[in-house]
Amino acid sequence: MPSLPTIEKDVEQRAKSAPDHGAFDSATAGQHDPAVVDYCQRLGDDALILGQRLSEWCGHAPALEVDLSLANIALDLIGQATNFLGLAGNANELAFHRDVLDWKNCWLVEQPNGDFAQTMARQFLFSTWQHMLYDRLAGSSDQRIAAVAAKAVKEVAYHRELAADWVIRLGDGTDESARRMAEGLDWCWRFLPELFELDETLQALVDRGIAVNPQSFEDDYRQAIGAVLAEAKLATPPEQRPILGGRRGHHSEHLGHLLAVMQYLPRTYPDAVW
Amino acid sequence: MRLVRIEAEGHKRYIASMYTTELSKNVKPIEAAEDPALVEAFEARVAADEFIEPKDWMPEAYRKTLVRQISQHAHSEIVGMLPEGNWITRAPSLRRKAILLAKVQDEGGHGLYLYCAAETLGTSREEMVEALHSGKAKYSTIFNYPTLTWADIGAIGWLVDGAAIMNQVPLQRTSYGPYARAMVRVCKEESFHQRQGYEIMIALANGTDAQKRMAQDALNRWWWPSLMMFGPPDDNSPNTARSMRWRIKRETNDELRQKFVDITVPQAEYLGLTVPDPALSWNEVKGGYDFGEIDWEEFYAVVRGEGPVAKERMKARREAWDNGAWVRDAAAAHEAKRAAKAAA
Repeated sequence: MPSLPTIEKDVEQRAKSAPDHGAFDSATAGQHDPAVVDYCQRLGDDALILGQRLSEWCGHAPALEVDLSLANIALDLIGQATNFLGLAGNANELAFHRDVLDWKNCWLVEQPNGDFAQTMARQFLFSTWQHMLYDRLAGSSDQRIAAVAAKAVKEVAYHRELAADWVIRLGDGTDESARRMAEGLDWCWRFLPELFELDETLQALVDRGIAVNPQSFEDDYRQAIGAVLAEAKLATPPEQRPILGGRRGHHSEHLGHLLAVMQYLPRTYPDAVW
Repeated sequence: MRLVRIEAEGHKRYIASMYTTELSKNVKPIEAAEDPALVEAFEARVAADEFIEPKDWMPEAYRKTLVRQISQHAHSEIVGMLPEGNWITRAPSLRRKAILLAKVQDEGGHGLYLYCAAETLGTSREEMVEALHSGKAKYSTIFNYPTLTWADIGAIGWLVDGAAIMNQVPLQRTSYGPYARAMVRVCKEESFHQRQGYEIMIALANGTDAQKRMAQDALNRWWWPSLMMFGPPDDNSPNTARSMRWRIKRETNDELRQKFVDITVPQAEYLGLTVPDPALSWNEVKGGYDFGEIDWEEFYAVVRGEGPVAKERMKARREAWDNGAWVRDAAAAHEAKRAAKAAA
């Protein structure tokens, strides 16, 4: 056996105070697997875009208590996005330096806030889906994804409940609020099929036990949504022709404007560190 | 009879401390309608640093002064969400975005506990909000200045929250119990806010030329308005003496302002930034800085509602309230339906 170079005392000293960021190879393991990177971007992009949308409400909500709860949800979502995008690569690089075609979020989350009913319709439809997804994703064979989902599922359970409460309150409130709530749901309804789309990338990850097949909980989802709408005395909107494409980078017109605002500083000052 | 008739003195004067810059009439009772024994007992309790609680007897003028001070403080928190909220969607990193969102959410929370504290004095939140929207109630002058660049978010945390802390720390020992307890919670969060602001400034001061320029420009614009936050000089602050006796206020405007300058100037030096005051110099004898004359004309103009973005701030608050009316109505209607169902 060849002899190894001696580890000198000063090297030992330096090793003691050297920076240490977690387990060997943990930071980059997922980044070598394009399918996992893609999946983490989908999860992270959904959370970030919706968090960005909700933060537009800050200071302008119908009541102070509502302002606080919207900010709280936004904060949770930005945290989730930071974690998932961190699994896909450099989270800030991904958030601030990708253009529309490279974003993998669904259409639902990029929809404008509209009035408070439209915001709550979007939140209710998304958080219910996200809750069911994360609940299952906590059992992913990818430990890192499982850990992020397990932590976030508690936050999302609260988002789901809060949004459902508002759907019921507005649906079974005044004539005006019921009309607005129905319009908000109608606006969002065409984006639901995208949440349950199973493309090749996702199928491959489902086969490996990494991703969750959303179709496995579609019936539960429809039932849960229907139960809340019934309590809200709202009719389930008729099916609309599905709008797909977000996961492949094909988005609404709204996303480009959202990105222009969100990315303006890092893009204007590419050399700056903030 | 407990009611005191009050009358305005001929000319308008200003009571103003941090967050309470109302153009107020100097009120004084014209009839000694309050039982002198009660007044005396009240004064003795306050002098002994006891807390006054909502159910305790208190002079009407004490109640009114407190409602004005606490509601203005609450309004300042709520209006103060706007200049910073202006940058949440444009924060330059995910971490900065999360911190700023949490900070602005804290401000909203402070508004909430302050409104609750004011409600214990018998004024409803609706009345207070209405007074804000009609322009009758005031809020801190500082929030009538625009946030132009990201550096303004750093400067607000560093200077504006820094100035607020100076004023709020002594208010933790203010004589009215619910206000004092609200301030304990507020102060804990404010020191985190100030640190995050200063941290933004450090990053900018160590950054590119463009970032340094932003930082210096923000200091140039926010320095004087921050000094104005402490209110008019003591010799022109007629209600200070009474408020100090009542332990509603614990240090004078000028004392607090001096403290702020003494602490902040070395922080600016550490950042390599220049305080925009050629008259600023260290005074060995008093052990503090001498500084230039504040433009009180500008301060009074902002108090009158003529600040650069005063119209925008009030418009945003009124619109949020008006656009949310149907939501609040729906929530009330739903609650009534549930109550009726439960009763049936």
